[in-house]
Amino acid sequence: MDEMSKTSRRAFLRGSAAVAAGTAAGTVSAQTPDPAITELQDWASYLGAGVDETPYGLPISFESDVIRRNVEWLTASPISSINFTPIHALEGTITPQGCAFERHHSGAIELHKDDYRLMINGLVERPLVFTYEDLERLPRENHVYFCECAANTGMEWAGAQLNGVQFTHGMIHNMEYTGVPLRTLLKEAGADISLDKWVYVEGADASSNGRSIPMEKALDDVLVAFKANGEALRMEHGYPVRLVVPGWEGNLWVKWLRRIEITDRAVESREETSKYTDVYEDGVARKWTWVMDAKSVITSPSPQMPITHGAGPMVISGLAWSGHGQITRVDVSKDGGITWETARLGKQGDTKALTRFYLDTEWDGAPMLLQARAMDDTGYVQPTKEQLREQRGENAVYHNNCIQTWYVDVEGKAENVEVS
Amino acid sequence: MSKFLNIFLPAASGTALALGLAFGLAGRDYNKSTIESLEIQLDQANARTSAAQNTSDAQNEVVQALQDRLTTVEANLAAAASQIGSVAEPAPLKADTYQIGRLALSEEIAAWDVDVLPDGRGLPVGSGDVFTGEEVFADQCAACHGDFAEGVDNWPVLAGGFDTLADEDPIKTVGSYWPHLSTVWDYINRSMPFGAAGTLTADETYAIVAYILYSNDMVDDDFVLSQENFADFEMHNKDGFVLDDRAETEYAAWRTEPCMKNCKEEVEVTMRSVFLVETPPEGGSNSVMNSATIDGLPSFSATGPAFIPAATVAPKAPAATKAIVEEVSAEDQEAQLIDDGKKVFKKCRACHEVGEGAKNGSGPHLNGIVGRTMGSVDGFKYSKVFAAALDDGLVWDDEALASFLEKPKSYMKGTKMAFSGLKKASDQQAVIEYLRTFGE
Ligand code: HEC
Ligand code: HEC
Repeated sequence: MDEMSKTSRRAFLRGSAAVAAGTAAGTVSAQTPDPAITELQDWASYLGAGVDETPYGLPISFESDVIRRNVEWLTASPISSINFTPIHALEGTITPQGCAFERHHSGAIELHKDDYRLMINGLVERPLVFTYEDLERLPRENHVYFCECAANTGMEWAGAQLNGVQFTHGMIHNMEYTGVPLRTLLKEAGADISLDKWVYVEGADASSNGRSIPMEKALDDVLVAFKANGEALRMEHGYPVRLVVPGWEGNLWVKWLRRIEITDRAVESREETSKYTDVYEDGVARKWTWVMDAKSVITSPSPQMPITHGAGPMVISGLAWSGHGQITRVDVSKDGGITWETARLGKQGDTKALTRFYLDTEWDGAPMLLQARAMDDTGYVQPTKEQLREQRGENAVYHNNCIQTWYVDVEGKAENVEVS
Repeated sequence: MSKFLNIFLPAASGTALALGLAFGLAGRDYNKSTIESLEIQLDQANARTSAAQNTSDAQNEVVQALQDRLTTVEANLAAAASQIGSVAEPAPLKADTYQIGRLALSEEIAAWDVDVLPDGRGLPVGSGDVFTGEEVFADQCAACHGDFAEGVDNWPVLAGGFDTLADEDPIKTVGSYWPHLSTVWDYINRSMPFGAAGTLTADETYAIVAYILYSNDMVDDDFVLSQENFADFEMHNKDGFVLDDRAETEYAAWRTEPCMKNCKEEVEVTMRSVFLVETPPEGGSNSVMNSATIDGLPSFSATGPAFIPAATVAPKAPAATKAIVEEVSAEDQEAQLIDDGKKVFKKCRACHEVGEGAKNGSGPHLNGIVGRTMGSVDGFKYSKVFAAALDDGLVWDDEALASFLEKPKSYMKGTKMAFSGLKKASDQQAVIEYLRTFGE
């Protein structure tokens, strides 16, 4: 075991502080002229791509590693599976559609707008069928919301498993949706909207992924959405129409939405009994655990985003969100939860949307145990893994919103760890 | 002047944020808390401005300019605040209806409304016995779920696992976990078999459900399931579910002011990541067992880590490298070159395909390119310079390819290949070697 004594540690810190000061003042001097500056570069001489080159642009090839990735062994087939948003490499809050995680139960289908039908039936005065065009004639709204799979961070119940924030926390995306409030459609059909009624929704794909939503939520902020981030939904996110159920687990956000049925009780479909129920330590399952509680995670540094610049000024960047409302505060610890500093919110979060936070700080070059802890406007404080396990055990699978720890070593590499 | 501006940028960016927000207001959904948060942003920007003011006289000019802009922000905010109620209202809801959408026909409702409720409502008339179920299951389901519904490989297990729910590794199956029989019927009818959903008849579904119950030892082999005896059937775990109780068990206790200092005496790493995850350029991921242990990691206290582990020096290439290279056989070198070429080709892949079934993309396919006449792929629309090269019967040899790839736009003036070139001769050589492996 290699270790330095306390005194050499102090010397080390003094040394790195000096380096840090040097860097901060911009006094590092180059020995030889930088050819990137002194030599004529191709791109400064030859011609670049013309405007007819790329009618719909993709990220430049140098960013080709910022992609959704899956973990093959998690599921039996990539058709009924999940991939993860590269949140380690994204900034701000909006997730580009092309790298927003996917979760399908029978694969992503190609459904043309012209073939799209939405039916409302059940306890309604007028069972109706809408076309895609019909939906675009009804008053619509725009809202930014996060969509988090209930199983996000689910692997980590049993301990630190996967080394990368993309894999531990990447079943989330955050987009600006355009859609018609569900209540408008319920009204069109003359639905029985008494609060003991349920709204059962299902998709047009082979899994159909039926879910029951209590009337109160259906009348509140649920959207029947057809655009995301200003453009049509992507196939993998339910083109042409998906349900948006703000703050609630992603499985309820039915894609390729084809039918809405008003019922007098929950259907208790496979997705709300066999799956998306949380087994606690005593073997008793919690059902209808819809809300995603407040959660945060540091996206950089993280295992896929090591510190490469050495000691000195640095930005700790992360994401926070709450299915109950707005993020009001995020605290960051560098010592595994002994001492906390309040982070700066990139901008005040929208309700039920991702909020970016920053800790603008100095790294002294010593190891760190980085953690973030979110608070929302209900006063809820994101729990530790220990608190969650004490309450629920380790087999709940879903709704793991615990505080995540990254161990950062002296080289700036970060690793997923658990701490006492 | 510009020098000062640069130094000042970090402080200015906070203001820019506040400005952006304020100017964005007219088109935004905002409310009181947004205004309040804007005010906080402003305060922060103000604080930064005044801090900056103290730093140096030379910056005064910039500070003044910033303060002018802040005044504008404040004016905008005030204007926006006075407009609350007229901006970003929710979509209106008409007192009567919009009369949009058409009435659904009963045939249409019958085709789509097939869900089955826990009390059995929604079930079609029909029946099926265990033996028929076994046959259909063997035929249509067993490939994935096993002959006895025990699950193959990673595919779902449908039987067994009774009374394991409180174990370390609970086995959740139709028998051990599902609270309602209706869910089994409903799910199989609408979603299975995987890849041919919606193809089972009602009788087949009854039979399969009967067989799954039998596989779970919940019925005898002479059992017949129908819409008539369906509702009487009680599942093993019917009382195993309670409602979400986080509000009582967690929220009450966790909505408290959190600790900020000296929250713990000491913190130790208790577990390191089980898997390191590699993220190869071609996509996906590889999980590799992490061999590192928690030994050698420092514990932490309020004064920081107990010790600083020495950096593991990155392994330097062994001195013997050169000698080893010399020993590499010609074939290995060739293979290495092709391998390198494959990597270089990533730069081309966005536009060019190679290999079996390669099609034209934004560039022509490159099968058989070494020795191919320039500009000769049928159905690809080349630029004029390539059309001329075709007319002249020019052929791609190693040398021509290397020159073209080095500087496409100077070798072929007017080419529409938007690629700046491969500067390194070794990259050119490698990619040519790789391309040579794809014949016509
Ligand atoms: C090609 C493989 C395959 C075949 C064949 C197949 N299934 Fe499945 N089955 C799956 C997959 C994959 C899932 C999980 C789907 C998901 O993730 O939503 C599943 C899920 C199920 C479930 C729910 C399991 C749970 O615990 O939630 C049941 C029940 C089921 N299948 C029954 C059947 C029956 C009955 C048949 C035959 C009629 C059948 N399956 C044929 C692959 C298959
Ligand atoms: C941005 C797209 C793009 C990239 C990247 C690109 N090419 Fe091309 N390439 C083209 C186009 C378009 C043409 C046709 C040129 C023309 O008609 O002027 C072409 C033509 C060629 C040709 C001549 C084909 C023929 O039929 O005569 C070769 C050889 C070639 N490219 C090789 C490469 C290689 C090797 C790379 C990577 C190192 C590469 N290209 C990268 C777009 C691209």
